[in-house]
Amino acid sequence: MSHASSLDHHQEERNDPQFGKASIGKLAMWIFLVTDAMSFSGFLLAYGILRATMDWPHPAQYLGINLSGFATFILVCSSLSMVLAIDCCKSKDRQGMLNWLLVTIAGGVFFLGIQVYEYQHLVHQGMTLSSFAHGNNLFASTFYVITGFHGLHVLTGVIYLICEYRFAREGRYDNGDYNRLEILGLFWHFVDLVWILVFTFIYLL
Amino acid sequence: MSGGYNEIHPEPTTFWSKYIISFDHKVIAKQFLWYGIIFLGIGGLMALLIRWTLAYPGEAFPVLGHLLFPNSAGIVPPDSYAMLFTMHGTIMIFYAITPILIGAFGNYCIPLMIGARDMAFPMLNMLSFWFAFLSGLVLLASLVLPLGAAAGGWTSYPTLSTMIGSPGAGQTLWCVAIFLFGVSSTMGAVNYVTTVITLRAPGMGYFDMPLTVWGLWLTAILNAIFVPVLGAGVILLTLDRVMGTTFFLAGASATSGSGDPVLFQHVFWIFGHPEVYILILPAWGIVSDLLSFFSRKPAFGAKATALSMTAVSVLSTIVYGHHMFTTQMSPLLTQSFMTLTMTISIPSAIFFANWLGTLWKGSIRFDSPMLFSLGVVFVFGLGGLTGLHLGTVTTDLYLHDTYFVVGHFHYTMAASVLLGGYAGIYFWFPKMFGRMMNETMAKIHFWGTMIPLNGIFFGMLMVGYGGMHRRIYNPFVYDSLKRLIPINQMITISAILMGAFQIIFVINFLWSLYKGKKAPNNPWNVGTLEWTIPSPPVHHNYDVIPVVKCGPHEFGNPNLKTGRDFQYQTEELVEGPA
Repeated sequence: MSHASSLDHHQEERNDPQFGKASIGKLAMWIFLVTDAMSFSGFLLAYGILRATMDWPHPAQYLGINLSGFATFILVCSSLSMVLAIDCCKSKDRQGMLNWLLVTIAGGVFFLGIQVYEYQHLVHQGMTLSSFAHGNNLFASTFYVITGFHGLHVLTGVIYLICEYRFAREGRYDNGDYNRLEILGLFWHFVDLVWILVFTFIYLL
Repeated sequence: MSGGYNEIHPEPTTFWSKYIISFDHKVIAKQFLWYGIIFLGIGGLMALLIRWTLAYPGEAFPVLGHLLFPNSAGIVPPDSYAMLFTMHGTIMIFYAITPILIGAFGNYCIPLMIGARDMAFPMLNMLSFWFAFLSGLVLLASLVLPLGAAAGGWTSYPTLSTMIGSPGAGQTLWCVAIFLFGVSSTMGAVNYVTTVITLRAPGMGYFDMPLTVWGLWLTAILNAIFVPVLGAGVILLTLDRVMGTTFFLAGASATSGSGDPVLFQHVFWIFGHPEVYILILPAWGIVSDLLSFFSRKPAFGAKATALSMTAVSVLSTIVYGHHMFTTQMSPLLTQSFMTLTMTISIPSAIFFANWLGTLWKGSIRFDSPMLFSLGVVFVFGLGGLTGLHLGTVTTDLYLHDTYFVVGHFHYTMAASVLLGGYAGIYFWFPKMFGRMMNETMAKIHFWGTMIPLNGIFFGMLMVGYGGMHRRIYNPFVYDSLKRLIPINQMITISAILMGAFQIIFVINFLWSLYKGKKAPNNPWNVGTLEWTIPSPPVHHNYDVIPVVKCGPHEFGNPNLKTGRDFQYQTEELVEGPA
């Protein structure tokens, strides 16, 4: 396979001018994020139309803004720790990378924990997926569907983070190749960004 | 940064890894092809059952009737009729056209035509097929449920598709199947888009790609963007059916709160309108290429064709409201959607004119792929023109939900895509399986498809204009529609004829697989990359990744000294006459 390796060398050279410096995985992740953003758009559009056309309780009255605001803060912080993990990887600081990845995982888990607690509390107050004791049941349905869909993304992100953490601990990224971590970072920042929109539309407005 | 991509992978050795969970794009393409052809047969049989009922209401379906409907003496019962047209639409759109045009041709043509060894993500590709397979199983399973399959139309509008309209589990399984199919499509789309962007052979700019790849690429982009919206819609519909929410339930039917049935139509058509272009774009691409290949002329305005297909893709995202003119939309909105819809005819007219320009003064070879391509030009022209009647609010209010609509979208989506798909199969069969298909049978198949096809779909336009609504079990209970019985019988006889001629295709396909003449490397004398390698290609496609030096349609240059009338894309461009 002597010519195969020379081919690979050839591709190394050619791939860059053809589509810039992004790796194939990174490009695919960006396309996937567009896809995923559109699925959130589908839900948010449905939410917007329903809310605009009917009686809608004011969210602040029934949802715990303070608690969720705190959860938002945690999620934003975990985005920061993700960046720091990549930064440590770049500068070949193995322990720093592992620590910051752990902090990111902890942030995600903590967010999920708050969400579970919030759901339990709300169900207790008469707000389930299909019913709402104080008004339009669609208020409850849209809330659970959209935050639940986002929660699934956080869960996916946490599992993804744990996988990459294991790779990192095995020493795969010790050479400073942060490409895979960057792709993971893209997903994690996306989940974070979407939450800021969801939080604004569902809780604050 | 390309480490690991486009390398030569060792050839799989076991049956399992070679044919079942294969990562090879060529095998996955064939899997999708078989999958699509089988579903095409099932969907076609359903079409015949529907047509029989509309032409001979109350009469037993010949031969198979007693087997399929023993309780009603072979007559299609009304509830089964609703299931039949629902499943016919769903199967044809998601399980026949999509796997053949996008799954099979996308997988087969993209890597070969851009000079790559495989897709960017072979494993994702494999998963994409098996998700589609699972989805197909779920859909077929719904056919044998006690209350039957989904029966709310392929659009599944609430309230028909909620528990009030369809109490059985069929509609729920429909939602699950469509969701799984969406997952499969999204995986495929991410893969296709990435592959086209990153794995083009050195020297191949976007405008050096064959137009087939352009069509498939635009399709994949639209798929990546809009399938998830449908995913969101069917999740909400499933929750309405299973968890007791009321997103799409309103008024007396809802137990509490109040949803909005029209909301589903918005979500559905935001996906659904791009979807019709998702289905037709690969066929447009294939036809744009084949017209040039068999006219032995460069594609007229190839760049304009590519750009106008792009323009159609962009415009297709903002016109969905024309499906909903009759939902009491504000006139301001209907007018805007009408104007945007009409704008699509500009880029469509550009590439249509380019098709005719390609044919103009060409030395046309009437091989079977070319016959089918010319068929597409004809039926797509008709289908496109009838679209104007439906995009205009004033005429749509009269024609909405009549057979005129059915005729229109069958001309554009069914007829064009079917003929385009056949053109592609006849054209790439030698490359795929290393054998030629029988040309005489192919030509009989073409005329046996083309003539009845127009009988069917033009007949539909006529009965629709005459006022016959779609989806009515027996329209002739209305006296005003009784005069349409003879045309309906003509349509049905055409449909049976067309169905019969498809048997010739199946025989030709199966016979040629084993007994066809061995195919040379380049049976059609075409210069795109896939014809520079053996038929069928080796496992890793290209021993050496080709370097592209000219466009895909370099034909008929009098300065060529090679004795051929075309150039391979790997050859330095010979300047034409000054």
